[in-house]
Amino acid sequence: MRLLNRHPDRSTRLFLVMLPFALLLCAYLIGSTQRLADNPRDKLLPSAAQMSDAVKQMAFTEDKRSGAYLLWQDTASSLKRLGSGLLISAALGLGLGVIAGTLPLFAAPLSPLMVVVSMVPPLAILPILFIVFGLGELSKVMLIVIGITPILARDLEQRAREIPAELRIKALTLGASTWTYIVRVVVQQLAPRLLISLRLVLGSAWLFLIAAEAIASEDGLGYRIFLVRRYLAMDVILPYVVWITLLAWLTDWSLKTLTRLAFPWYEGARP
Amino acid sequence: MNFIEVRNVWQQYDDHVVLESLNLSIAEGEFCTMVGASGCGKSTFLRLLLGQERPSRGQILLGGQPLVAEPDPSRGVVFQRYSVFPHLSVLDNVAIGLELPRAPLLGRLLGRHKREAREQAANLLTRVGLGPALHKYPAQLSGGMQQRLAIAQALIMKPKVLLLDEPFGALDPGIRKDMHALLLELWQETRLTVFMVTHDLSEGFSLGSRLLVFDKTRFDPHAPHAFGSRVTYDLPLANKAQTLPSTVKAAPLRTLQPQPGI
Repeated sequence: MRLLNRHPDRSTRLFLVMLPFALLLCAYLIGSTQRLADNPRDKLLPSAAQMSDAVKQMAFTEDKRSGAYLLWQDTASSLKRLGSGLLISAALGLGLGVIAGTLPLFAAPLSPLMVVVSMVPPLAILPILFIVFGLGELSKVMLIVIGITPILARDLEQRAREIPAELRIKALTLGASTWTYIVRVVVQQLAPRLLISLRLVLGSAWLFLIAAEAIASEDGLGYRIFLVRRYLAMDVILPYVVWITLLAWLTDWSLKTLTRLAFPWYEGARP
Repeated sequence: MNFIEVRNVWQQYDDHVVLESLNLSIAEGEFCTMVGASGCGKSTFLRLLLGQERPSRGQILLGGQPLVAEPDPSRGVVFQRYSVFPHLSVLDNVAIGLELPRAPLLGRLLGRHKREAREQAANLLTRVGLGPALHKYPAQLSGGMQQRLAIAQALIMKPKVLLLDEPFGALDPGIRKDMHALLLELWQETRLTVFMVTHDLSEGFSLGSRLLVFDKTRFDPHAPHAFGSRVTYDLPLANKAQTLPSTVKAAPLRTLQPQPGI
């Protein structure tokens, strides 16, 4: 049978899914063991025991200086920033995308502007954000918003354009006004697409968050990683990276599940 | 005064003349089928009636008034595809027609009003044979069922004119026959004025009370777009109320329920 036509069965599939993760883990453990055998004070590839000690220290022991549990405090601050950034971007992106994609009179000034604005590298204007909004929470959230809103808006504008003209005409013959057409047809049809776009920009959102935290912050996952970097504390950095990845993956998974549960019509309706 | 009056209508896009000097008067309750080759302008004429486009020259009167040059609830429409909203259930696809005009702010009715709108929609849907599918989404329906839904959606508005743009073009012959029966039955009952574009000549003859054939009368091989189509044949067909096939006339609506898979 040709390779093209061969499908894994259930158990083979599960095995193949786990395989690359297991290989990566094995490679790390072998490397770590070897380096530690050569030099017990090596900091580059800490052993599993060293990392679990570090996690215990960060997550389950009170910090001597502040009396807080650092990992959870960092997680809460980071997620708060990320969440508000994503929420604001989603609202702005949906609004701009719907307006530009539905109303030709508004698309004329908006669309080219959005294309140009989306080309501005967000990190290049980070200093401006710090100058304008100060070093507080606002500038970090703003960096996420500025970074991902244009992407969301442009994607949703395109999707709004792709709604067949027949549906617009049909809505008008059913008594819709511009406003009710937007509310009952465009926004409802774009809602699942918004969740999908959010999943796609999640990686960028984390990137901007960690960049902002690394430069000016007093807590947060990105701040901690860059702080302990000074002591080559790989035993803290690696679990933090794994934790961030896990959080990002969980967000992605919940958005995916939400799309399926909240918009059951979406999968079947795609052409 | 005729119900619809088409006065010397021309439609051209830049140098491309599609329709030329179209003059028609159509009585209320007429079922006009429109046939012609691809690109002959029959769909363009339908778009003019719908208000989706404005004629380049001439004017169309509806009930003595110039036609509103924007689609509105006085004219219902069924397209070949994309006629129904994929994000609404079958029931809400029809109920939305009752909600939109009455709820200018939210676009939806609440509480008792919503229940009433849905009840009214459910009644109509049961009549077109979609009673068992009220809570499905359009993507779960077959092509024939989707067109039944599109027709019900248009009829809930009680429009004066129903415009059909090859509504059965994508359906297979057996289902098409069922749809013809349904359409004639509904037309007889509501006495709507219907315009239907079709590629199928026999469909044009068997359904309509009047057949319009669109074709070019002048043709210049060096400038194929210089002249547009006119109505070359305008055939009154026998009164459908009397010549309706007996099976259709005798059949009460509930026997028009679709077969599974239609």
